[in-house]
Amino acid sequence: MKAGVVVFPGSNCDHDAYYAVTQNVGAQAALLWHQESTIPSDIDAIILPGGFSYGDYLRCGAIAKFSPIIGAVKKFADAGGLVMGFCNGFQILTESGLLPGALIRNNSLKFRCHQVGLRVETTNTPFTNAAEKGQILTIPIAHGEGCYTAEPHVLDQLEAEDRVVFRYVQNPNGSLRDIAGICNAGRNVLGMMPHPERATDPLMGSTDGLVVFRSLLSALVAK
Amino acid sequence: MSTITPEVVAAHSLTPDEYQKILSLLGREPSLTELGIFSVMWSEHCSYKSSKVHLKKLPTRSQLVLLGPGENAGIIDIGHGYGIAFKIESHNHPSFIEPFQGAATGVGGILRDIFTMGARPIAVLDSIRFGPLDDPKTGARNRRILEGVVSGIAHYGNCFGVPTVGGECVFHKSYDGNPLVNVFALGVIPKDKIFFGRAEGIGNPVIYVGAKTGRDGIHGATMASDEFTEESKQKRPNVQMGDPFLEKLLLEACLEAMYTGAVVGIQDMGAAGLTCSTCEMGSRAGTGIEIDLQYVPQRETGMSPYEIMLSESQERMLLVAEKGREQEIFDVFNKWGLDSATVGFVTDDGMLRVRDHGVLVAEINNRDLADEAPIYNRPHTKPHRNVPMEAPAFASSDLKADLVKLLSSGDLCSKKWIYEQYDYMVRTNTLAGPGGDAAIVRVKETGTSVAISLDGNGRYCYLDPREGAKLVVAEACRNVSTVGALPVAATNNLNFGNPQRPEIMAQLVEAIEGMADACLHFETPITGGNVSLYNETLGEGILPTPVIGIVGLLPTQAPVPSRFQNEGRTVMLLGGIGISDEVHFGGTQYAHVLLQQMWGLPPALDMELEKNVHAAIREIVAAGVVESAHDLSDGGFAVALAEASFDGIGATVSLPDSTLRPELLLFHEGPSRILISTNSPEEVSKLADKHGVPAITIGTTVTGQVVIEGHLSATVEELHQPWATALESALHA
Repeated sequence: MKAGVVVFPGSNCDHDAYYAVTQNVGAQAALLWHQESTIPSDIDAIILPGGFSYGDYLRCGAIAKFSPIIGAVKKFADAGGLVMGFCNGFQILTESGLLPGALIRNNSLKFRCHQVGLRVETTNTPFTNAAEKGQILTIPIAHGEGCYTAEPHVLDQLEAEDRVVFRYVQNPNGSLRDIAGICNAGRNVLGMMPHPERATDPLMGSTDGLVVFRSLLSALVAK
Repeated sequence: MSTITPEVVAAHSLTPDEYQKILSLLGREPSLTELGIFSVMWSEHCSYKSSKVHLKKLPTRSQLVLLGPGENAGIIDIGHGYGIAFKIESHNHPSFIEPFQGAATGVGGILRDIFTMGARPIAVLDSIRFGPLDDPKTGARNRRILEGVVSGIAHYGNCFGVPTVGGECVFHKSYDGNPLVNVFALGVIPKDKIFFGRAEGIGNPVIYVGAKTGRDGIHGATMASDEFTEESKQKRPNVQMGDPFLEKLLLEACLEAMYTGAVVGIQDMGAAGLTCSTCEMGSRAGTGIEIDLQYVPQRETGMSPYEIMLSESQERMLLVAEKGREQEIFDVFNKWGLDSATVGFVTDDGMLRVRDHGVLVAEINNRDLADEAPIYNRPHTKPHRNVPMEAPAFASSDLKADLVKLLSSGDLCSKKWIYEQYDYMVRTNTLAGPGGDAAIVRVKETGTSVAISLDGNGRYCYLDPREGAKLVVAEACRNVSTVGALPVAATNNLNFGNPQRPEIMAQLVEAIEGMADACLHFETPITGGNVSLYNETLGEGILPTPVIGIVGLLPTQAPVPSRFQNEGRTVMLLGGIGISDEVHFGGTQYAHVLLQQMWGLPPALDMELEKNVHAAIREIVAAGVVESAHDLSDGGFAVALAEASFDGIGATVSLPDSTLRPELLLFHEGPSRILISTNSPEEVSKLADKHGVPAITIGTTVTGQVVIEGHLSATVEELHQPWATALESALHA
């Protein structure tokens, strides 16, 4: 597997994602510059990492959605390619319309960084097929704008279509219906606020994030 | 008629004598721009004119020191071809005037100091001090300052992408109108790619990169060298605005530009902006620099040469490139969407020559600015002190209630509310984050790790600046040793009041001398730092507060926790129950929180024993024979025992017979002690013996209880809950 890690000028978890994939997951990775408008043909999956894409002084991801690379990511996703957005990556996916809803200021109005309990709500995705439904993962969050919000009918639809992938055990930010991660209707695009790449090394306190990457590997093998 | 009147000179915070020196160095009257340039370079903040003679007493060398004081940051060798660059710096004055931006730009400034050397920042720690949050008169303002400072630090560090992994947060009345914000940053650097702020190579182009210059922060350095008065609030425009996203771009672009090999020298524009970077780079290389201000990227129109030279707009750098390779630099900065422009060139005559559209507006010898600032050996008498030597009468009626009160006091309570606003995990190197004795970050490049502790204690230093400073160094080294690291180097931030008062100057002198003794003894040379004087508001000085940052080295491994992990383990006190008496109890948290008094002397320190304790705990940790280790400091034994219990496993202990009265036995702050839990008490004793350190067995870990036989008994929850909630309750009172 070769993951393409998108690098916006303000990405700051790009190297962490790269390191997790290459050192802890044992797969390959490449960095994709935000000005690129095509995805190299050897890329099997794309990671939109955490950070502050273009400073995000306006609205997280509001400028990133116009970047050349996001145009390419959309095409990649439309063709069924696997795309994962963590934290700022999730924000960018909602801004660019690849996922429904929006991420707004935490209800505490403060940045929050700590480990959270995350319940796997569905294993019917390429990102959770190696997990067990109901399994509780310990994975950190680090965000100021992570409160997931959407129209009630959108939330109903997400639930009806089994597209809520992760829920918080204890809601840290006011997200509606405790939603921490969702996928698109095609089930090939995942957005989640917690950082699985930070939970891939026992020295960092948890390896529960590995299940996301292992799921990805087995989905790619099956493809 | 002369435009430089005595009033203009005074408005630039220059004394008549200093002005005379300027006249004789120049051999003529300065222009207003030149006067402005002299005033910032000769300010206390930039020239260290009051502290320089004493700073020379600090040890600065060891086999590991690659670079000592004088550059943007010190560097030590960590092996495997890498070094770490680190420094601490204050942003006290701006943080009082505008807490959010003041603290944010404090983080930005120290980060630039690190990456201007070529190092990628991997950790930030903060030592912050405020007035009490519950003061009926000033509490509301202190709460606002704290919230602003914390969110400023969070805003800048989180966006930049550097983890804020630890620090300290302390309260005292003396910081009421004068909060302290000291920021430490550390970066990793390949040993063969260290960059210096030197303008080498006659004819080489001088290139300006980063943010455009605006009118913000003019005379920031001069402001930072003044006391606060009622008029200070009008100085708000002197505080700069930070843009962490821009700084992130600047970091990536600078490191990439350095990688091209076309960069000869580089320096950030911090205090005193373009002025400081040009004359210091020239002075260090023994060269001159000529620039024309028309080429400086500007955010506003109509800026005068005076304003451009003195602006402290953030996120700017000055670099000297190899002639003919300018385009390689421009390409890198274009890629990152940043301005870059050639503004001048290196000359051979040692002069700083500033033109504006070709017209000469300033011409001063670089050395006169950077190295000829007046140096004052200011008179110093006995350190200021206004408290008795003898202890007041006191007697506790309820030791458990005392412990609860201590645990919920400002200095000792949980700082989770603060540190959870910081991204302390980004870059996935944080082995031990905030809340422990020392932070630990791994260095991926070398496969080893670095432990860091920041420490200060204004009360100890007020009672005895010399001994207090030694205790501060000892504690930081103990913290680092407790997690198994060897302390190897230090950086210091000296926060004091007005040095023109002999009794304040005496505090500074004695603290530096004490720090020098301790750093020599513990083999932690000071590789750089910062002096912040004039920390006074309306004539009220702060407690003398030298803050030390100690850096230690250790293998990358799962860290030893500070809390008990399993029940049924032997609880031991390395270093024994310690030595104290009522006179040496007057600087403790017990005296401060329970008795609201200060008297006597700080705890007595035996540096020989202290060092042996460090060696012993390091060996014990390395041998893998402890399950937890926690150093005793503020609040003494009882507080350390409670803190070690906060994962739910407490202990039943019995202290040996002692002549100490119960308050002292439980709460004295005698140093050189570490609380450990172990499954191998014999091994621990053997290793302690080897280093000549007492190690007494005092009890056993148990679930959910903290019992000190004959003195107090509590459930862990009774202690944990007030500790965990105190800060948030105080903030939302």
